[in-house]
Amino acid sequence: MNGKSASAAAFGLLAALAAQPATAEMVTELGEGEGQLNIVAWPGYIERGETMEAFDWVTGFEEATGCMVNVKTANTSDEMVALMNEGGFDLVTASGDASLRMVAGRRVQPVNTELIPSWDTIDDRLKQAPWHYVDGKNYGTPYMWGPNVLMYSTEAFGDAPPTSWSVVFEEQVLPDGRSNSGRVQAYDGPIHVADAALYLMTHRPDLGIVSPYELNQDQYAAALDLLRDQRKLVGRYWHDAFIQIDDFKNEGMAASGSWPFQVNLLQADGAPVASVIPDEGVTGWADTTMMHVDSANPNCAYMWMEHTLSSNLMSDLSVWFGANPAAPAACTDGRGMQTAEGCTKNGFDDFEKVRFWQTPVTQCESQGECVPYYRWVSDYIGVIGGR
Amino acid sequence: MADVAARARNSARAAALSRVSDALWRRPSLLLLALVVPPLLWLGIVYLGSLFALLAHSFFSIDEFSGLVKYELTLKTYAELFRASNFDILVRTILMASAVTVAAAVVAFPIAYFAARHARGRWKAAFYLGVMLPLWSSYLVRVYSWKLILAKEGILNWVFETLRLTWLLEAYLSVPGIGGNSLSVSWTGTFLVFLYIWLPFMILPVQAALERVPPSMLEASGDLGARPGQTVRNVVLPLALPGIAAGSIFTFSLTMGDYIIPQIVGTSARMIGQAVYQFQGTAGNIPLAAAFAVVPVVVMGFYLTLARRTGAFDAL
Repeated sequence: MNGKSASAAAFGLLAALAAQPATAEMVTELGEGEGQLNIVAWPGYIERGETMEAFDWVTGFEEATGCMVNVKTANTSDEMVALMNEGGFDLVTASGDASLRMVAGRRVQPVNTELIPSWDTIDDRLKQAPWHYVDGKNYGTPYMWGPNVLMYSTEAFGDAPPTSWSVVFEEQVLPDGRSNSGRVQAYDGPIHVADAALYLMTHRPDLGIVSPYELNQDQYAAALDLLRDQRKLVGRYWHDAFIQIDDFKNEGMAASGSWPFQVNLLQADGAPVASVIPDEGVTGWADTTMMHVDSANPNCAYMWMEHTLSSNLMSDLSVWFGANPAAPAACTDGRGMQTAEGCTKNGFDDFEKVRFWQTPVTQCESQGECVPYYRWVSDYIGVIGGR
Repeated sequence: MADVAARARNSARAAALSRVSDALWRRPSLLLLALVVPPLLWLGIVYLGSLFALLAHSFFSIDEFSGLVKYELTLKTYAELFRASNFDILVRTILMASAVTVAAAVVAFPIAYFAARHARGRWKAAFYLGVMLPLWSSYLVRVYSWKLILAKEGILNWVFETLRLTWLLEAYLSVPGIGGNSLSVSWTGTFLVFLYIWLPFMILPVQAALERVPPSMLEASGDLGARPGQTVRNVVLPLALPGIAAGSIFTFSLTMGDYIIPQIVGTSARMIGQAVYQFQGTAGNIPLAAAFAVVPVVVMGFYLTLARRTGAFDAL
């Protein structure tokens, strides 16, 4: 066999693997726990009291079910997808920009909601959310969600908090009398193109954008132009939450898109910052606990999904991470530390204003053909590089 | 009986062993082969194999519509490297690597010269400690501490303020290209951190080269009437050049491949390492990531050929 035909055979094998039919079948009944559970999760999402003693939602589960929890943290949605493709895990806390990729790649299996007694306590708005509900099947249990808020320095804005994203997109004089140039930040991820598109939905209605994740060529070009103007205002794009925190402390930043996580940490540190949800609305993330198609510990996995909904987990995690629980009762019924005011602070009442992250795909619902994600990636690199 | 059988087995084993030993003695090349094959396999399969996989991927392309990799040989992906936004990344990275290398040579030479020719005893120990000590602490810790040094409200700014020289810094930062809102978000900041992080890799080979310059040559140069400056130019520098070339291989290639420093300090504009990371991880555009990754290999290939001509490898 010469080299060429060998590699052709290898690729043929790959293609055959990719094309194999979906064999994922739902679990229909639960048995005893298997003794362990392997989860891929965002850092800080699954705490067992080791970072801070008060934040523990794992040991109780282990004692009650005998399922020992192993956590593998992943820093980006792409790492999560890669880990799940490798296999060997039972569950993953996937954001909306990863979940559909895994459904399409047949890495996750549909969840039998009848085996999760607390399923009905899930927020009705999330039960059939498009980032995990595909073809009439639930691929996972909603976990946590949060908005990407506009964080601002109260020293720069004084008594006049910003009401529009224009403070990070267009050059202007801020209430403290100085220009915003060099004092704003933007997210260093291609998904930030959606924030520009969201801004254009209000300010350029003639473009006819329906969803910030579904952009045709013209709409996409307009969003990129806006981002090119923004490049002139931005000194450094933020990528890592802790670097952004540091920049607000040490670089004299005035405003930036951010997560409640950074706002809470900065405020706890006494930094003069606050956050708003501007008039244009916000983008946001919503995570789902999804189950691997070849999960070796399905019983423990189902027990964990029930645990996320019925225990102190969502309530305490909501305090810890500045996110909102998928089960609204976790805000109010005192099962953990979170209170109704705390959830309001995390943006719980603003669900309607949040456009949740999705992976932009070519075949889009609103207008037939849209600019796909990989173009967002290469073009956003160009924008940051000054092109 | 059992005893006899065991003895027979033992003697059979001894005979086999001695045959093996005889064979190895008669044909030394067999022994050499046995010793060399495992590392060769490692080099061939793990190292060259992965490089080959990388190279192969760069000749594929990504399907414009589905975003899936098309396994057909094409040069399209390499053509994409020349698209303005991608070409910027290459130019930017190579410029940065060159600037860091030149600056590292300039800074390292006097330090290495002092260590090689003047430092004795305790001073020598202090030199080694001073050069090596930063390498003992985490790379990330050092980069983050530089972020704090260079920040707008950081130490360096405070020094300038105390000296009433803020205007000077601001004038510098207003220069387009190298300036920015503060040192920590400018290319100057990225450059300084690269220079600091890779400096030890330049100092040590230069020092090794300088120590090999015989003092008698300097004396001869002086006896023949050369001024100190002439001695340095015509005797020391040419003899130290292989060391500088060896050090520059480290600083140049390390700068070209790094993707953490420009992410923490700088303007967020990408360098090659970051582009590879992002195209491979975020975009799933493995062919383009591979094509980007081939660039440093090619550049280093040229660079090493040049360095070999200057005799850099004699100083390793």
